[in-house]
Amino acid sequence: MIKVKKLVKSFGSGENELIVLKGLDFQIKQGEFVAITGRSGSGKSTLLYQLGLLDRPKSGEVWLDGVELANSHKSLRTDFRLFNLGYIFQDYALIPTLTATENVMMPLLMQGKTFKFAEEIAAESLARVGLADKLKNLPSQLSGGQQQRVSIARAIAHSPKIVFADEPTANLDSEASENILDIFMELNKTGQTMVMVTHEPDYAALADRVITLSDGTIVADERGRKARKKVTQSRK
Amino acid sequence: MLSNLWRKIKKFFIFLKVGFVLASRDIRRTSVWTTGLITFVMMLTFLNLIVVRGILVGLIEGSIIANRDRMLGDVFIDPLSNKKYVDDTQAMVDFIWSLPETEAVSVRYTAGGRAEADYKDKVQREDITDSAGVIVAGIDPVAEDKATRLSEWVVDGEYLTPEDSDMVMVGSNILYRYTPIEDETIKTAAVGSRIRLLIGGAEKEVIIKGVVRTKAGGVDSRVFINSSQLREILGKQDLDANEIAIVLKSGADADGFKQVLVNNRFDSAGNIRTGAEALPKFVLDIQQTFNILGNVIGGIGLVVASITIFIVIFVNAITRRKYIGILKGIGVSGRAIELSYIIQSVVYAGGGIMAGMMVIYGLIKPYFDKNPIDFPFSDGILVADIPGVMLRAMVLFVATMIAGYIPARIVVKQNTLDAILGR
Repeated sequence: MIKVKKLVKSFGSGENELIVLKGLDFQIKQGEFVAITGRSGSGKSTLLYQLGLLDRPKSGEVWLDGVELANSHKSLRTDFRLFNLGYIFQDYALIPTLTATENVMMPLLMQGKTFKFAEEIAAESLARVGLADKLKNLPSQLSGGQQQRVSIARAIAHSPKIVFADEPTANLDSEASENILDIFMELNKTGQTMVMVTHEPDYAALADRVITLSDGTIVADERGRKARKKVTQSRK
Repeated sequence: MLSNLWRKIKKFFIFLKVGFVLASRDIRRTSVWTTGLITFVMMLTFLNLIVVRGILVGLIEGSIIANRDRMLGDVFIDPLSNKKYVDDTQAMVDFIWSLPETEAVSVRYTAGGRAEADYKDKVQREDITDSAGVIVAGIDPVAEDKATRLSEWVVDGEYLTPEDSDMVMVGSNILYRYTPIEDETIKTAAVGSRIRLLIGGAEKEVIIKGVVRTKAGGVDSRVFINSSQLREILGKQDLDANEIAIVLKSGADADGFKQVLVNNRFDSAGNIRTGAEALPKFVLDIQQTFNILGNVIGGIGLVVASITIFIVIFVNAITRRKYIGILKGIGVSGRAIELSYIIQSVVYAGGGIMAGMMVIYGLIKPYFDKNPIDFPFSDGILVADIPGVMLRAMVLFVATMIAGYIPARIVVKQNTLDAILGR
């Protein structure tokens, strides 16, 4: 599903060049729930932006669903994002002038779906994340947890092949965070491929697989069960 | 190639739909006061575009109407450049009356001269008198009134009748009390005063019966007398006249009428022009100048409107840069976002134009039609012809669309990730 080859990303140039990702190689299978973790500045969010086609690497390849997209044309990347990818951002990233339903409808309308159809799908999607009674609410009328659930509904409404989540629980209290992670696991059970960036080892451990970054390189790539055991041991 | 075009058209309609949803929600959920204020500014800009030019043009339009309605008529005939009179006037007038379009005809005799008020106090021939240079116009008062409704413009005294002998009606520009210019006005005369007309070698004492003020310079500088009496003063035996003003029935075409006269060879007897062609050159020059001036002022208004919309959209877009980034991030095309801002601009402009139209046609124009601005040389009206107004509305629309598009484009083309992360 996702194949990364010799991925390098740097900022600045010459003497001021800062290499953030140092030639990463890995693959993610369809239906996997992968957590990317690491300390602040380790390059985890930067990696997510490369995988999610929001940024271009300096060199290397990013293959999504059999298509190399790191070096492809802007319009192809935009179309691929629209039809195949879903995003969940740390600060929910909802449009304040749109209701919950309208926020979720946006990618569907952009795909060319009719307004009525998009509205129905958006309502279904919001119901899946437990917001069936908040369809007409503006983001300002929702709590942080509810806004993040709208963001999830938007990310999954168009049935993307991969959902990317960048620190989805960073702005939430523990109860709301657990709620969000429950939704992620439910989604993953239905076969949804998910890639989540988090700095919380507890949350990362809930994933099938945990990739740990440090200083732009992969220092660990282990099964979630193993990571869970580590977390438990470290608590003892 | 055809399928490619079809795909592009389909994409455009998707962009339009998404743009419309974004724009409509943005406008609906923005403060009513903000929307109201922007629309109000657009309305003022539209009014500036129409009203300032409309009054400038209307000012001279009033003068044109005065000249045409109160002097020239729809078709005006005067002597050829090498002649003193219109040849065979009577035959021409008979022919004109035979045409079904003719509503009224006024045949005038004119002569340059002087009008003196205090001539009785003059001791020496060289003594300076209270006098003014005038054009004496011999008219048939009934025919003239039918053609130009001159009697309606009598501001003092009475209108001439065919029976009046040694009586004149003077234009307001001749009397100081109506036109306070030191030179070339008579200061001591009024209705009932006796004045002396000096025309060539002849002189005639007459009494001022009335004063007319039409705001047509050519009329207000004249002394009107019965034509038979002027011909007698001039010793003129024939009926060849100096001016023939023809008023046509409503809906008749002046150019077509003129052409009929030309086709019947009357152009060899007189200089045949439509009322519009016969307007004094300075009036046409002023009209053109005011038109340019109006367009310049309107153009400045247009620039101000464009800058206003640019700033409004730019501030709107820059404060929503992050959201624009998010929309792009989730796959919404930059074109759709740009369209949403263009639609917003169009809504603001449309609202302003509609409000402006209501103010112009519901308030300002009816007011000026009822209460023309009293300028010394014309009754200023507001010229707001539908085609002209529509053209300016279109120009404002297009300018606003461009002014809305540019800032949206600037913000939309920024890097998506930078916009999302606020970098």
